[in-house]
Amino acid sequence: MKHTGRRGVVIERLFVALCLGAVIVPLGLLLILFADVLSDAVQRLGWAFLTSFPSRKAALAGVYPAFVGTLYLSFITAGLTLPLGVGAAIYLEEYERRGRLANLIELNIANLAGVPSVIYGLLGLGLFVRIAGMGRSLLAGAATLALLVLPIVIMASREALRTVPLSLREGSYALGATRWQTIRQVVLPMAFPGILTGSILAISRAVGETAPLIVVGALTYVTFLPDSLGAPFTALPIQIFNWVSRPQAEFVLNAAAGIVVLLGTMLALNAAAIFLRNRYQKRTY
Amino acid sequence: MASAGAPTAPEKLRMTQSAHSRPGRPRENSVNSEEAATKFRVRRLAAWFGSQQVLHGLDLDISKQRVTAIIGPSGCGKSTFIRCLNRMHELVPSARVGGEVRLDDEDIYGPGVDPVLLRRRVGMVFQKPNPFPSMSIRDNVLAGLRLTHQLARAHANEINEKALRSAALWDEVKDRLDEPGAGLSGGQQQRLCIARALAVEPDVLLMDEPCSALDPIATARIEDLIHTLRERYTIVIVTHNMQQAARVSDRTAFLLTGELVEYAPTDRIFTAPSDKRTEDYITGKFG
Ligand SMILES: Nc1ncnc2c1ncn2[C@@H]1O[C@H](COP(=O)(O)OP(=O)(O)OP(=O)(O)O)[C@@H](O)[C@H]1O
Ligand SMILES: [Mg+2]
Repeated sequence: MKHTGRRGVVIERLFVALCLGAVIVPLGLLLILFADVLSDAVQRLGWAFLTSFPSRKAALAGVYPAFVGTLYLSFITAGLTLPLGVGAAIYLEEYERRGRLANLIELNIANLAGVPSVIYGLLGLGLFVRIAGMGRSLLAGAATLALLVLPIVIMASREALRTVPLSLREGSYALGATRWQTIRQVVLPMAFPGILTGSILAISRAVGETAPLIVVGALTYVTFLPDSLGAPFTALPIQIFNWVSRPQAEFVLNAAAGIVVLLGTMLALNAAAIFLRNRYQKRTY
Repeated sequence: MASAGAPTAPEKLRMTQSAHSRPGRPRENSVNSEEAATKFRVRRLAAWFGSQQVLHGLDLDISKQRVTAIIGPSGCGKSTFIRCLNRMHELVPSARVGGEVRLDDEDIYGPGVDPVLLRRRVGMVFQKPNPFPSMSIRDNVLAGLRLTHQLARAHANEINEKALRSAALWDEVKDRLDEPGAGLSGGQQQRLCIARALAVEPDVLLMDEPCSALDPIATARIEDLIHTLRERYTIVIVTHNMQQAARVSDRTAFLLTGELVEYAPTDRIFTAPSDKRTEDYITGKFG
């Protein structure tokens, strides 16, 4: 007893130390990285940076069209993904739960979530830009991002639907509700916070993607705001990529400031997810 | 085995004086003890989960405006039986039903019968209270009507109050109708679920061990409630509690491994059971 107890304590301490290390090392690296970016970024960050169009003069160049483009992209992507993703999840979880078809689809979805984003970019280029004739437009970009996040949204939504207990569904059926009435009024309201959180997190990740947007043909030098779904566009990651690859050193400062704006946007989206979840959870007790 | 075609002749249902041996409980002598029409006529009822058969040809009649208790050891098929009466059984994937169940002489498994409409006539209360957690007390009561889009806004308050009064819950919750239903005590939640079932105005109330999660006081309240509801509804109650079956029911059915062993007036089951297995069960020799 005593023997193993002593050794147990040593092993325990060692384990805790290791775990602590595993937390501190990546966090520390991230912090250093962020501090480095921030020290560059402060030289550019400001209201003018947010509201200026790109320019050949680094000191004057801003992220306005890219920032607006990213916001548009995230909203359109959400608008496209949510109905499709939730619909698919409802079908798979509530209607087709045990079928062979469901198993096949499930396997495919899990695999799709792991496909590199460039591939989705190529798919978007072929499907939306060329075949559907959307051109290199905001809509084509958002549709491509929607494809990218759809598997994740479906999986998150299914997970959320699964947490609604059978007893509540039965309670609803016993009152003479149809399957759709039960889903619509009992299951979805309970699953909603989970669906929302999962989806926003997925979308906020997608908004940081560069590769698919480059393939689909986002512009890199834009001096106007997109005024319709069919308009050409740019986005923050593209703008950052563009600045980083310029030969002039001053543009690195712009890139750093762009990164901070992008991070801020993603953080804001995640915060919105948490806020909405808490609000709905309070309502659903 | 089963006593098919339970006696429904009036003289057999007329009560012996022993009903009055339980003071304060006017049990078998209410207005409609003269004659009891048959509400459910069950014939050769069989039920399966996949390939496992759990009900083996039950025959029994359930009388209108009576309380029928279903007793039997765990796993004998009591829940399955009552879930066949409102077609909830078939909601389980791979579940199957055979035989015949007639409600007011209409075959509920017949073609053209919509199980959804049937369930509005045959309400159900579950073992574990299951109020909808995202709804207030009032919304829980009105859930059945709202879910099925039958709620006329003008009558909402009236229906709500009536159902809560019928479930003997009104006085306890009338000042907090907008609070969450999940915030009530277990016994209150169960009465809320009863109110929810009553608001749809069914003729039949199926209760699957409605008191098993409750303390004796809450249990007594629900039993009182069953006594008053008996005047308007046909009630089928599954219970593990022999005293409860004796207290609340007019007739009792004893099930064993999916077969009906004995079905008789409750007094007779508990005082002079005709089957040895019934006697063993109610005296606690097994189960
Ligand atoms: N969803 C299910 N899938 C497969 N088998 C089931 C399912 N539900 C019940 N069974 C089986 O059916 C039989 C009857 O179950 P049932 O729930 O009707 O028993 P019960 O008499 O209500 O028992 P208890 O008193 O424990 O509630 C049992 O053998 C059980 O294992
Ligand atoms: Mg049961």
